[in-house]
Amino acid sequence: MVLVFAESVNGTFKKPAFEAVTYGYQTAQAMGVSCEAIVLGAAANATDLGTYGAAKVHHVADDSLDKLDSQVYAAVIADAVQQLGATVVVMAHTSTGKSVLGRLAARLKAGSVPGVNALPVIDGGTFSVRKPVFSGKAFANVAINSEIKLISVMGNSMQPAEVGSAAEVAALSVAVPASKTSVKEVSRMEGVTPLPEAELVVSAGRGMKGPENWGIIEELANELGATTACSRPVSDVGWRPHHEHVGQTGIAIRPNLYIAAGISGAIQHLAGVNSSKTIVVINKDPEAPFFKAADYGVVGDLFDVVPRLTEAIRKHKQA
Amino acid sequence: MKLLVCVSKTPDTTTKIAFTGDNTALDTGGVQYIMNPYDEWYALVRALELKEAAGGSVTIINVGSAANDPVIRKGLAIGADEAVRIDKEGSSSLDVAQQIAAYAKDQGFDIVFFGKETIDYNGSEVGAMVAELLDIPFVSYANTLEMDGSTGTITRDIEGGTERIELSAPFAISAAKGLAEQRIPNMRGIMMAKRKPLNVVAPVETEALTSIVSYELPPEKSAVKLVDPENMEELVRLLSEEAKVI
Ligand SMILES: Cc1cc2nc3c(=O)[nH]c(=O)nc-3n(C[C@H](O)[C@H](O)[C@H](O)COP(=O)(O)OP(=O)(O)OC[C@H]3O[C@@H](n4cnc5c(N)ncnc54)[C@H](O)[C@@H]3O)c2cc1C
Ligand SMILES: Nc1ncnc2c1ncn2[C@@H]1O[C@H](COP(=O)(O)O)[C@@H](O)[C@H]1O
Repeated sequence: MVLVFAESVNGTFKKPAFEAVTYGYQTAQAMGVSCEAIVLGAAANATDLGTYGAAKVHHVADDSLDKLDSQVYAAVIADAVQQLGATVVVMAHTSTGKSVLGRLAARLKAGSVPGVNALPVIDGGTFSVRKPVFSGKAFANVAINSEIKLISVMGNSMQPAEVGSAAEVAALSVAVPASKTSVKEVSRMEGVTPLPEAELVVSAGRGMKGPENWGIIEELANELGATTACSRPVSDVGWRPHHEHVGQTGIAIRPNLYIAAGISGAIQHLAGVNSSKTIVVINKDPEAPFFKAADYGVVGDLFDVVPRLTEAIRKHKQA
Repeated sequence: MKLLVCVSKTPDTTTKIAFTGDNTALDTGGVQYIMNPYDEWYALVRALELKEAAGGSVTIINVGSAANDPVIRKGLAIGADEAVRIDKEGSSSLDVAQQIAAYAKDQGFDIVFFGKETIDYNGSEVGAMVAELLDIPFVSYANTLEMDGSTGTITRDIEGGTERIELSAPFAISAAKGLAEQRIPNMRGIMMAKRKPLNVVAPVETEALTSIVSYELPPEKSAVKLVDPENMEELVRLLSEEAKVI
């Protein structure tokens, strides 16, 4: 059986959980086994996981699980894996998944591959998955040789596919150890799609000249329904908040569309964005290295080009 | 406080990646190696700051061959008191974690530091594995860490926000941007590093549960399509009809 650890945000399942279930379902189909899910703590719309292929949802409904403690989560999931006899465990490669996957591997003495971006290749006795390495500059095909196989799935690498209907949710009884950490505060921005989950991203760099000019970037992002990002120097000097910083030392993203204005395209910047499906570069310097990594390029002054693009999108939406 | 910082060696961030003939190994010709930036800039420096504030010691540990010694010496030059190298090229993340845990088990470290990820394998899993093997809490992607006695307060980034966590030592954390400011080793540090202990320890027996079968390079990007800056309607048309992303 393939068991998907579906994580919720404040008790609600969203895209990362649906992507993980889709991955688990398609893996299970290839293996000829069933796909089930496990959810921890508050789980308002757990039945929705059935839509993406979970035949059954196992719910460990303990209030202490509403907040992440990787040590507790790993103990609970490991217990469930053994109780239910799962041979493949799938989760999203999110801040939660990243904290849990490794612990689970150590606990179950199972091989794990973090951040995979393609379905497993199953060939006779071998099971291998592909993951980006060298910060997106290459991929590695990694074989998992243990009986239990653990995988976390990179965001935006699977399109959630609706294949079923509401799943049966059943309580699962496992011991929940006491937590040794306490989460004092969680603050989330309201109404914006977090960068790692965003399908459309508008990003800007030092070519903006100063923080007071960001209005045109925000207008473009608003018009598109996109999330904003920035290059590292821009967040280093405090023009933009550091959580917008993408690249080697910031976050790595893989949206469908990445628009970069006034960013030169240094290799460390590309490391965080080169897996984007479509890249648009706006730069006044035709020699800017970013054009080599771009699908579409506009050589021009961003202070003219960006508002014009916003206007063109507005017209396109009205048409 | 007794602090352990796990440091790895990675190709420099500007390395052009290529693989040898059958795509099973990195072509190391011309590759410059560095200490993994998160380990060096954030994890190690924060550990040094805590030691400077409250006393104690900072040990760095690496799992790897003697080829890693220059990177380890750099860690000593930045200020670590001593270094340990487990003499084995780790076969997988779990192997590396088992080696570190076997060494750290009975040493009574208060905090074990990691980088948020290695920039070559991009695993972000070794820290969680070591924490599990040592049976201690683990908080990943820490942007700040303050200690008050043995109580730690950590803030970390989560998707679209931040989280603040309190916990008691011993624990493990992985370091992200913000945890500290990079330190450049000075001449005195470099001289002193030569006299600091670098203990080479034999590895423990482990089983390889994962193995890299092959590498691939992403398909070549086709040449960029330039759009007239006066004609953004055309760009929107391409994004909608050709790329189908809006
Ligand atoms: C170890 C390491 C890690 C790093 N990690 C990261 C990382 O994670 N993310 C990151 O982004 N960087 C990172 N960097 C820094 C990186 O090397 C570059 O310095 C940085 O990305 C440059 O930012 P930028 O493109 O905004 O600025 P610049 O390189 O200064 O580029 C500005 C661009 O704007 C263009 N421009 C100026 N005015 C206009 C205008 N009016 N209209 C249109 N275009 C205009 C210019 O032609 C230029 O191309 C890292 C560096 C190192 C050494
Ligand atoms: N060979 C190694 N020796 C010591 N520490 C390591 C080694 N490999 C990884 N680490 C530590 O584990 C962190 C995460 O590595 P990874 O899981 O590969 O992304 C790194 O930032 C280091 O702190």
